[in-house]
This record gives sequence, structure tokens and C-alpha cells, in this order.
Amino acid sequence: MSDWSEATLERARQIIARYPEKRSAVMPLLYLAMAEEGWLTDHAIEQVAELLDLTPAQVQSVASFYTMYKREPVGRYLISVCTSISCMLCGSDDVLHAIEDEADLPAGETDDDGLLTVEHVECLGACGGAPVVQVNYELIEGVTPEKARELVRWLRNATPAVVNTDEMQELFGGRRSFDWAIPTEDGAVGPYPAFQPYGTVGQDRRS
Amino acid sequence: MTLTTSFERPLVVTKRMVDYPNDSHTLERYRATGGYEGARKALGMTRDELVELVKESGLLGRGGAAFSAGMKWSLLAPARPAYLIVNGDESEPGTFKDRQLIERDPHQIIEGTIIAAWANEVNHAFIYIRGEYAKPARRLQAAIDEAYAAGILGDDVLGTGYRLDITVHLGAGAYICGEETALINSLEGRRGEPRLKPPYFPAAIGLYGQPTIVNNIETVSNLPHILVNGVDWYKGLGHPEDTGTFMISLSGHVNRPGNYELPHGITWRQLFEEVGGGIRNGNELKMWIPGGASAPWFTPEEHLDLEITKGAAAGAGSMLGSGAVIVMDETTCVVRAAERVVRFFAHESCGECTPCREGTSWLEMILRRIEAGQGRPIDADLLLDVSDNINIGLTFPPRQTTICPLGPSATSPIMSIMNYYKDEVLQHIELGRCPFS
Repeated sequence: MSDWSEATLERARQIIARYPEKRSAVMPLLYLAMAEEGWLTDHAIEQVAELLDLTPAQVQSVASFYTMYKREPVGRYLISVCTSISCMLCGSDDVLHAIEDEADLPAGETDDDGLLTVEHVECLGACGGAPVVQVNYELIEGVTPEKARELVRWLRNATPAVVNTDEMQELFGGRRSFDWAIPTEDGAVGPYPAFQPYGTVGQDRRS
Repeated sequence: MTLTTSFERPLVVTKRMVDYPNDSHTLERYRATGGYEGARKALGMTRDELVELVKESGLLGRGGAAFSAGMKWSLLAPARPAYLIVNGDESEPGTFKDRQLIERDPHQIIEGTIIAAWANEVNHAFIYIRGEYAKPARRLQAAIDEAYAAGILGDDVLGTGYRLDITVHLGAGAYICGEETALINSLEGRRGEPRLKPPYFPAAIGLYGQPTIVNNIETVSNLPHILVNGVDWYKGLGHPEDTGTFMISLSGHVNRPGNYELPHGITWRQLFEEVGGGIRNGNELKMWIPGGASAPWFTPEEHLDLEITKGAAAGAGSMLGSGAVIVMDETTCVVRAAERVVRFFAHESCGECTPCREGTSWLEMILRRIEAGQGRPIDADLLLDVSDNINIGLTFPPRQTTICPLGPSATSPIMSIMNYYKDEVLQHIELGRCPFS
């Protein structure tokens, strides 16, 4: 039997019901598992398998394929720096080095407090605003090395409960790919995308 | 996006967001600007009539392969249920148009989805969005919720008795899931590995083994406009072979990067000077990638006055692909640039086929040591030799040694730098360092 909260299990049942075949729910359920347990522990993999009538190996085969499913502990704030071609041309390597230096962490590592993880990633789809950074998949465009350092200090000192793309763009961003117009509410509470059906939107958790 | 250009710039899919920057994403604004009229019209037509209409419009898929959208629909096998997947997994370096279309005009995507779903007798459509697009996904879901509440989706679409559900499915960081059979595997809850062909089209056997149509976000965004304004209007917008407008994602060393909706047939010079505002710092243009990371590069000496059409790009040995144009100025080291593009393919290789899995990593490693000043005299030839084993004969489009085009695409930057900048590659090896560092 599952030891996840009834609210999470209910959410899982709703997600499963959305698909013609149960197995299709494995990706959203892996996000839900990260929301529940922080990262994809063996226990989380087993829980997802149980909910979907799959074997843990089948779930693990999916989890290991995609970079956003973290099979190792990941910090409360996952800082992803794009270093693909358009960002590289606009100075992303300096942004990455500034973040690594300020966080005192090489890319790919998590600090001892479990607060920050730094990674460099392939294209984030915001090339017109290069270089770009995401914190828990909330985007910031037009980041300079100085602003990147400020971002790290802000995460460390303010430890915001929810990170939101519009707020961080205002604080640490510059040129954007396009005018974002009206902000969206809420944001991420952990290192997985903030998207309502997965129960990962900030407001949801706070209420 | 307000520009003064020497050519006319009709706007179709970006018109609403340009005219109404503050609320183009709301149902209220969408309805006030003719929204859902195209779907209403489509729901009064038969499948055959719609397939014929879209075929006639000349609408080509905007995801990169440029296959006729109407033709794709016509291949749908008779078994039911059929499924529709709208592909918003855009992940190719340099491409960011879908993000803007999702964030700024989500109802246009929903309406296009209704039209495509009705035409293909689909009752459940999926919109697959890359996992890193959290805000776009929130915005789209909010619009879908609005549409359900307004009776635009659900059991009685626009009061016609037609039932359509739309589910937003988030990817999790795998470029390969943009390939339609990999996307289908991903949506089925499997590893996102492309399926062996044939069948060549999921229209025969797709999601859950059922007939499935996969259309790009920009492709479906065009549909409402074709329905409302007609085929002749749509054909009149573009070039005889390339109808309608298309979106270019302009990035790199230009003064005004961004997404631009453009008519087919302007020249690259016009794009860089009038749209892009020239090269940054008044620098010289060195080269550009004309159609996403998979495309062979262009140079100012040979290609600046070429028209931007699929035919002209193909004639010059490249493609417009997904519309991502990446501009590099004179300060760019070609080895470093190629390494970044190749690294992307090496990272995103799913590992299924040996030439791709092994070849892309080797190419990355060789480029990396050349850039670090540790290149060996044979490395220039070795790059071509490895490439020749992934893309036999070094052609474009590549001759495939693999199930999908990802691996062979990694040879495009190698062919480009060895074709146009071999001296610069050799200079790295002779000097034992990067001449730009």
C-alpha cells in the first residue's frame, strides 16, 4: 500500500483517468513523485509502478531516459544554465562560471545543505533572450554574469518558498525573446515544472 | 515587433499578439477578434472537404520536415479511435517560436486543434509540450480550462454535439521526443526512442497502435485563418511554392533577435539588415545557420542574396527546417561553434543506433581537443571520416544510417566548417591553441 498522502493519491488517480491507457500516466506521475519525495528515490519509483501496474524496472527505464527526472538528490533550487549554441554566442559560458563560482559548486553538483544544484543544459528555447537560466524550470532571459551572481545570493539569502519566472525576470533578467505581456501567477516549489495537473503550482501548496 | 521594412509583412499567426499585446491570450480578446469562427466553419464541413481545403492551401508542416499538412491528414487509416497530437516539444537549438505562440495566443492553438481533430475524426487530442516550458504550459492549461468552461471543448464543442478533450502532456527534457514516433512512445509511457520504419506515418499505426496525426504548434495555429479567409487568400500571402507566412526565430549576433513572422521570398540580407537590425557592434557577418542545428551553414560570400524559400535553401545544400536562424559574426571561432552544435546531438542521442550513439560522441571529443589546442594533424580528416560513417557520402539531406535523422544531422556543422573554414580548423592544430582565445 502506498504511503503517499491521500491528496497526492487522488491527484494521481485524476491524472491516470485522463489517459486512454494507464501507462501513459508514467511521465506526469514521475513529476508527482518528485513533488512528493523531492527526487526520484527507489521508493518513489516503486510507488509509481504500483499505481500503474508496471514493474519498477519499467518505470526506471522511463525515468532514466529523461534529464528532468532526477534519480539523485537535487537541491531545493535547481539552477539550469543553457550553454547551447545561441546562448554560447552571447556569453553563456561566463554566466555558468559566475554561477559555479558564486555557488561554490561545479556544474552537476548539489551543495551539502541540499539548497542549490547547478547544471548546464542544452537549449531551453529562449534563444532570442540569450543567455538564459532557469531556476526550477522558471525562466530568466538576458542574464549577465553579475546578475547571475545576484541570483545565487538571492536564492541563498531569501530562500523564496515559490520561484516565479516573471518575478525573477524582473530582478535578474534583461533582454527577452519576446514581450511576455501579462505575468502568470504562481511558480515552482521544487525542482520540477510548476504545472497545475501535477499539483506543483506554488499557490496550491500554500493554501 | 513593430518594424519598418522595404517589403510588406502580412501577419497571420502573430497578428493578435502584435495588435493586442496586453491580453492576446484571453478568451475574451480571442472572441472579440474573430476567434473560434474558423472552428465553427470547419465543424460544418466534412472530413473530405477539410482535407481537400488544407491540401489546396499548400500549408506545409512547420516542424521542420515541411510535409503537406493536408496530405498527412489524407493518409489517416480508417480504424478508430484516431488520435491527434500537437507537437510543442520544440527543443532544437535556436528555435523558440512555439513558446511565443503558446504563451501569447493559446486559444489560436486550441482552435487549430479543434479543426485538425474534427477533420481527423478525433475525440481526444494531446498537446505535447517540452517539460522546460512550465509557464507556457500553465498559460495553455488556463486557456483550455477557459475553453471547457465556455463550452468550446468537452462533450458539446461549440454546441454541435461533437466531443473533444484536450490533454496537455509535459515532456521531460529529451529533444528526440520531437520526432513523431519517439513522441508517441513517450506519450505511451515508454522511453522516447524513435520507432522503426515502416510504417512511415503514424497516420497508419500511431498512438496505442491507432491512426494518429502529429501536427506542429505553428501548423495548427495557421488553420483557423485558412478556414476564415480562404485558400486563395492564404496562397496569395506567400511564394508560389511556399504558401502563407512562416516564423523565423532569429538569434545570435544580431542587434534585434526575436521571433518574426515573415513572407517567404525575402533575402537573407533583408532579414539580417531590416529585421535583425544588422550585426552586433557593427561587426562583419561570418556565417549563419539557416534552419536549426541540423542545417548546413551559409556564408555571406555565397548566400546573402539568396531568397528565403525552402527551394532556394535546398538548392544551396541546406534547409529552412524549423525556422531557427543563428547568426555568427567575425569574432566567432568555427571550431567552438561546431562543438556546441555537435555536443547537442551527442547529448540528445537516444542511444538506439550505433552510428549516432558512438559517432556523435566521437565528433564532440575530436572537436573539443582541437579547440583545446590538443588536436592532432590527422584530426581534420578524422572528423570527415567519422562523419562519413554516420552520413555515408556526406550529403545533405543525409543518407540515413539510423532510424531517425538525429545522428546524421550532427554531420552538418562538420561539413560546413570543413567546406568553408578548413584553414581555421587546421590553424588550431598547427598553433596548438584556439586563434580566438
